[in-house]
Amino acid sequence: MHPVVKLIAQRLALGILLLLAVSVLIFAGTEMLPGDVAQAILGQSATETALRNLREEMGLNQPALTRYFQWLWGILHGDLGTALSNKKDIATEIGARLGNTLFLAFWAAVISVPLAIGLGLLAVRYRNRWPDKLISGVTLATISLPEFVAGYILMYLLTVKFRIFSPISTIYDSMSFGQKLNAIALPVMVLVLVVLAHMMRMTRAAILNVMQSAYIETAELKGLRPLTIIARHAFPNAIAPVVNVVMLNLAYLVVGVVVVEVVFVYPGMGQYLVDHVTKRDVPVVQACGLIFAAVYIGLNIFADVISILANPRLRHPK
Amino acid sequence: MSRIPVSALIGLVMTGAFFFTAIFAQWLAPYGLNEAVGDVWENPFWSSEPSQYLLGTDNIGRDLLSRMIYGCQITILLATASSAVAFLTGSILGFTAAVVGGWVDQALSRLVDLFMSLPSLILALVILSVLNVTLPVLILVMGLLDSTRVYRLARAVAVDIVVMDYVEAARLRGERTGWIIFREILPNALSPLVAELGLRFIFAVLFISTLSFLGLGVQPPLADWGGMVKENKDGLVYGISAALVPAIAIAVLAISVNLVADWILNRTTSLKGGRNG
Repeated sequence: MHPVVKLIAQRLALGILLLLAVSVLIFAGTEMLPGDVAQAILGQSATETALRNLREEMGLNQPALTRYFQWLWGILHGDLGTALSNKKDIATEIGARLGNTLFLAFWAAVISVPLAIGLGLLAVRYRNRWPDKLISGVTLATISLPEFVAGYILMYLLTVKFRIFSPISTIYDSMSFGQKLNAIALPVMVLVLVVLAHMMRMTRAAILNVMQSAYIETAELKGLRPLTIIARHAFPNAIAPVVNVVMLNLAYLVVGVVVVEVVFVYPGMGQYLVDHVTKRDVPVVQACGLIFAAVYIGLNIFADVISILANPRLRHPK
Repeated sequence: MSRIPVSALIGLVMTGAFFFTAIFAQWLAPYGLNEAVGDVWENPFWSSEPSQYLLGTDNIGRDLLSRMIYGCQITILLATASSAVAFLTGSILGFTAAVVGGWVDQALSRLVDLFMSLPSLILALVILSVLNVTLPVLILVMGLLDSTRVYRLARAVAVDIVVMDYVEAARLRGERTGWIIFREILPNALSPLVAELGLRFIFAVLFISTLSFLGLGVQPPLADWGGMVKENKDGLVYGISAALVPAIAIAVLAISVNLVADWILNRTTSLKGGRNG
């Protein structure tokens, strides 16, 4: 077998193993910690009979291990269970919301990735001069902003002081594509702001690292223009670390989305998760937690695979 | 003092001011935490009828300045306590893994890998959905989740120190593992760990604020800055800026600590003979 195929297969196997371990962690985290789910739903004043009936109905009387495998088996067959709070099927509820969340994250990624890489290249080109210092200063400030702070400051400025956007970003199926884009403009801006700084700083560091190589010096001595050197010689060699940076930040978007959806009342997975954590709706929390984990791990594995493929020493073994 | 750069000096003064406010909150606050003193959302900024309260009042007419001062205390208390938990568990386990090695190291490191393969916010939400959210629970959950980052750093630093001659000598003298960890490794690993402390503290501030904002952190009647943003957020749409005051305070605290942490980080790397040292 070609060594690259083998390496990638190993990565994927590791990812599946990790996901399995994470499912155990999530299940154990919600089931084995002190506290009784039935008690949590019915409250302190519940009668003993009501508690017993609910435990019976939810299958809480069975051992944890049995319930874990039933849960896992269900998930593998697309059955995420039913929500405790409103008895609705979790899979259908999530289906609609997952699309909305991905729509939001997709546009945030489409804007932030080229912007971050472009700014990173610019910062390297004008290293230690004012464009670099300005970019570094601004990014240091935005790194210290939690998502909701950035969200409310932007919301105040753009909807209240200048009335450019509407403060609520609810989207419906009946909206046209353009209306949807207009509705998500603010949350996308916040997400871009939050990941941009980190992604740009790491891109800058990755390219600077390559810039110290001997072949860059050769290119400089040949008299090539600085931007040509960066674009033609430094950037291709920095692809693996840059892709890693991009994927890490896209994975970070997954977390940012949770908070941003709550800020802008956007009907996505994040709001669904937070709502049901407050309602102590354990099956929903487990399902959402697992989906967020799967996306996060998936992006990380994808980054690994890309950096394997981008390495010519692995593609053409001696 | 002349060698401290201006940015770090500003950071130090601001961080000092925040800690001063947190420690002496009871004496500084003009009104009580839950004392209703005025009308709902009196707004002192850019308004036609200025409020007699410096920062105005909140969503049920409490003095916002007093709440901000008490909120500073809760925010900094929680962030400090959870960073302390993170550092104690993280560094002790990390050093132990490096000194003992073998299956202890393997088991701990793989467990940490597992926890770090998930975003901490998601994991915290999953755990907090079944626990009663109290201050000790919050401190423990945040501290333990964050200790994985400290563990990685502590183990990486300690692995380099364990192979030094003086550790070998201590082993041959027959010292116990506890002695090796606290008397041989800890003093030599202190400077990178101290540099990390600032970053972990910022992370803890942002983490607790986010949790409280989502309604899963500090519960009323207590309140921290994140919770205050949540309480006052509905006024924002009507042009009432009360929610922005705690929001900006969180950002300013994080930026000030960041300036100090950046300076310490630069100093420790230049001590190790970095390129610009």
